Amino acid sequence: MTTKVTTHTNSLLGDAWNTLKKNRAALVSVTTMATMIALVIFGPLLSPYAVDQTDWYQISSRPNLASGHIFGTDDLGRDLFVRVMYGGRVSLMVGIVATIVSVIIGVTYGSISGFIGGKTDALMMRVVDVLYAMPFLFFVILLMVFFGRSILLIFVAIGAVNWLDIARIVRGQTLNLKGKEFVDAARAGGASTLRIVFKHIVPNLLGLVVVYVALTVPQVILVESFLSFLGLGVQEPMTSWGALVNQGARQMETSPWMLLFPAMFLATTLFCFNFIGDGLRDALDPKDRTREEE
Amino acid sequence: MLSVSDLSVSFKTRGETVVAVNSLSFRLLENEVLGIVGESGSGKSQTVLSIMGLLESNGRAKGSAVFKNKEMLGLPEQELNKIRGNEMAMIFQDPMSSLNPYITIGDQMVGVLKQHKKQHKKEARERCIEMLDAVRLPNPEKRIDGYSFELSGGMRQRVMIATALLTNPDLLVADEPTTALDVTVQEKILDLILEVRERFSMSVILITHDLGVVARTCDNVLVLKNGTKQEYGNINQIFYSPQAEHTRELLFKSKELSDAQAITKTKTIENPNVCIKNLSVFFPVPKDGLFSKQQHLKAVDNLSVEINKGEVLGVVGESGSGKSTLARCVLKLQKPSNGTISAFSNDTLKMNRKQTKEFRKNIQVVFQDPFSSLNPRMTIAETLNEPLKVFFPKMKQRDSARAIANWLDEVGLDAGFLGRYPHELSGGQCQRVAIARALISEPKLLICDEAVSALDASIRAEIIELLLKLKRNKKLTMLFIAHDLAVVNKICDRVVVMHQGKLIEQGETKKIFQHPVNQYTKDLLDSVPVPDPRLEKEKYLRRLGNKAKYF
Amino acid sequence: MNSLKFVFSRLLGAVPTLLALICLAFFLVKAAPGGPFDMERSLPEEVEANLRAAYNLDDPLPKQLLKYIGDIMRGDFGPSFQYRDFNVTELIMSGFPVSLRLGGAAILIALFFGAIIGTIAALNQNTKTDYLVMFFGMTGISIPNFVMAPLLILLFSIFLRWLPSGGLGGGEINNMILPVTALAFPQVAYIARLTRGSMIEVLSSNFVRTARAQGLPTRTIVLKHVLKPTFLPIVSYLGPATAAIITGSVVVEQIFGLPGLGRYFVQGALNRDYTLVLGVVVFYGCLIIFFNLLVDIIYGFIDPRIKSNR
Repeated sequence: MTTKVTTHTNSLLGDAWNTLKKNRAALVSVTTMATMIALVIFGPLLSPYAVDQTDWYQISSRPNLASGHIFGTDDLGRDLFVRVMYGGRVSLMVGIVATIVSVIIGVTYGSISGFIGGKTDALMMRVVDVLYAMPFLFFVILLMVFFGRSILLIFVAIGAVNWLDIARIVRGQTLNLKGKEFVDAARAGGASTLRIVFKHIVPNLLGLVVVYVALTVPQVILVESFLSFLGLGVQEPMTSWGALVNQGARQMETSPWMLLFPAMFLATTLFCFNFIGDGLRDALDPKDRTREEE
Repeated sequence: MLSVSDLSVSFKTRGETVVAVNSLSFRLLENEVLGIVGESGSGKSQTVLSIMGLLESNGRAKGSAVFKNKEMLGLPEQELNKIRGNEMAMIFQDPMSSLNPYITIGDQMVGVLKQHKKQHKKEARERCIEMLDAVRLPNPEKRIDGYSFELSGGMRQRVMIATALLTNPDLLVADEPTTALDVTVQEKILDLILEVRERFSMSVILITHDLGVVARTCDNVLVLKNGTKQEYGNINQIFYSPQAEHTRELLFKSKELSDAQAITKTKTIENPNVCIKNLSVFFPVPKDGLFSKQQHLKAVDNLSVEINKGEVLGVVGESGSGKSTLARCVLKLQKPSNGTISAFSNDTLKMNRKQTKEFRKNIQVVFQDPFSSLNPRMTIAETLNEPLKVFFPKMKQRDSARAIANWLDEVGLDAGFLGRYPHELSGGQCQRVAIARALISEPKLLICDEAVSALDASIRAEIIELLLKLKRNKKLTMLFIAHDLAVVNKICDRVVVMHQGKLIEQGETKKIFQHPVNQYTKDLLDSVPVPDPRLEKEKYLRRLGNKAKYF
Repeated sequence: MNSLKFVFSRLLGAVPTLLALICLAFFLVKAAPGGPFDMERSLPEEVEANLRAAYNLDDPLPKQLLKYIGDIMRGDFGPSFQYRDFNVTELIMSGFPVSLRLGGAAILIALFFGAIIGTIAALNQNTKTDYLVMFFGMTGISIPNFVMAPLLILLFSIFLRWLPSGGLGGGEINNMILPVTALAFPQVAYIARLTRGSMIEVLSSNFVRTARAQGLPTRTIVLKHVLKPTFLPIVSYLGPATAAIITGSVVVEQIFGLPGLGRYFVQGALNRDYTLVLGVVVFYGCLIIFFNLLVDIIYGFIDPRIKSNR
């Protein structure tokens, strides 16, 4: 049996990065997302128009490089390019913040449930099962309608929709880790429960968490767009891709560009995050590395 | 029957080409049992897989393998399917996963008959029951409509053998058929294979890494190393006058363990280090219905034993005997249902947290699976530092660094390993780290729970050497748990035999191994195959004779 | 009989979920600021007091809850505050058949096509076919149905003029094609991915290796050994799939102007019609719970490991 001595140390994360790099789709996605983020932040600076600047002489005009409306204008004469960029800021920001909310709730809940185990775990998972059966989105819609549309509420409400999946997965992995011998060895080595959780269990969960962050962002952006589409998301003058798609859908017979540009940006973002998430999942696959080669 | 010439098998992985089998040639005659033996990575499985056309998609086979006048290599799928499962049948190592748990046993077996013999369901089913009976599966009419997960490992392997025999094949290929089974079950399955070979006039290719198994069952032997033929000959020649160096090496290693070499320690029976009295551990079995009585699994049943200072006490038993549960109780990882354990004159069950920590400093453990016993996210240095940080929080950085370097050296690893992660190390190296981690706090008692069972034979020998060395130099007291009798023989002073939670027999290793008193111990020892064909033949005839006595 | 006990225990397990759903929805709706009469011009106090008494709005909340549950059991969801001439039950009964046709068709299509596509991909792993399918899968889950729907309308209604752009139109198939496609598309993609992953895993399992060693042709192996283990996880997924379709229908009905339950829900929410909103949430919630239950039970009969432990 040959010994696998490498010339440089490779942490698990380093190993994962190497594998990810080989996944072309994921790599392209990362660059695309980086470009998009840059565009969304700096794009409006390149345009002479403001986000709520209406121009009655240019209502619903086609994309036109000469006039500077490179994406055209909407039905109120506002420059579409700038609006798509601003919409992107909101969509991406909501995506990231709500994901963080989801992940924090999910990881905490799942790891506690998995670690304590026994009856507490059974109870906590039962709660998850019950919540899973609820038409969550309907509740969120209710929340949005009844309690107003503060941006904070949006973050929390959307985040609260997706934590169940993460909680389940994290709990599963925690149980898996708990049964591994290095946890027993740590206990036999006199480590306190706190030490075991933070030094042994949590670091081994990180890989999984990173994957699910990447996979949750698109889901969350989807929910936000969904709400915005129904007219329940962010309020004017803020706009998001979902809201823009809504406006664009209503004008699509006469001004298809109003629909196509935000739709394209939205779809591309979701695509990229899904590819990245998939790639990360393959790279960090916690398959036990077997050495036997018969 | 089978004639293989210049067989070469290679795999394309990530741009490299790995050669698994290199220009191999051998023959198999009618009614012959050929053993293919070698360590892992020697290419034994790939040889037969290539003949049967079962290689992975990135594998290529060159050369020639002629089976009953038909060239097997390069045969199109349709032709292969006429021969596979029909004239040539194969059984695999892991019976747990080799049977489909989603369809009934009957369905799987009948499927084979439908494919090759075009029989109708009723006929086919009868033949299947007949065959299940031939392999001595109890209650075949019921089992045939059951599922694989309702059977034990040994029974599943019988089902696999029965399925293989349905079409009356001329060749049976068995790839490590008993490696995953307990030793007493192994004996029965091997005898079964010999019996069916006789009854159905088949040739058998038996692949294994265990020379004892070869000695028990085979007529001829092919020895492989790294895909190349080392030696090929009749069983007596291989075992009694081996020509090739590798063969001699393998024989030496296998005999090494069976020589009773345990060093009988000085008989100072001071206050025993650990005293276990009437220990019982019961696990509740999932209930049938809401109102039925709660059943219990008796993992450990009223066990009493003592571990003396400076000795190595072995605990031997098959799977389910309760030895691991016992270890976990001593380590305070498992709460017993009954009984007391006292270690270093303290009742372990009545300790508070501070006392427990002190206690843990003195009892350490090395587990079976080298890879999962190390935290994959911590470097070797961090892993070794853990016990120091926990037990000696006031230790200075410099001293702990020195201790770590010291122990790394003791277990035979150089300082370059400090910054590495477990997945970069081999199994043997990980186990060395685990040993270092266990001993770095200088415990009074080391528990080895199947510490060498998951390692390759040669690595196993090295780790055992290491443990023996440490025992001598550091005067370690050890509790050594294993199912492999040879290993226990080599390293333990006293031995305790467990079966189904109960203590069967205990005493000095030499005494137990050479003059066992209890029948179970005798059966256990007897069923371990020894790499000595004549001896095995005698044992076999004796077993046949015993069976005949009952008729 | 074991089977009966199994079904019964599963049923029992669903009840707390149901109750939790009703309670949660009820209290959420009741907690909303503003009452059901706020949208109107301000009514004289007396009239308002009478109305409140008539609707039991002054009773303590738990009492209202119990009464509500009692009413539901009898099929009475209460009056609609928005559509004064109808009560909620009638509205639900008129909207549900539309949504059922839409959602039912979507789920069947998603299952059928998703399974087939996923199977083809798995059996041709790492070939061009596989990559094509995976790309399609990715598209499906990355384009939300409220983006897909307008795009479909743009292409097929406006550009090509093949299909109508909305409305029930007397229930013809033509009117259903675009909405069902928009609704089903993401699920087809998801189920295809799921199937592919599941089948690839099963194909690499040891018992498939045994089947090959037994000389069984690929067709037999797939049909006999692979199909069942592959589709068990898909069966489990049907529960969440239904929930996703129900959620998606809200938007699809809106875009295509179909008078289904989803549309009633949104209107009700925007118009503060509490009883309607509550009724729809409870109705849909029950549907999801019931469907999950059904799937659970079916699974228990298909998976032999659960079957034998019953």
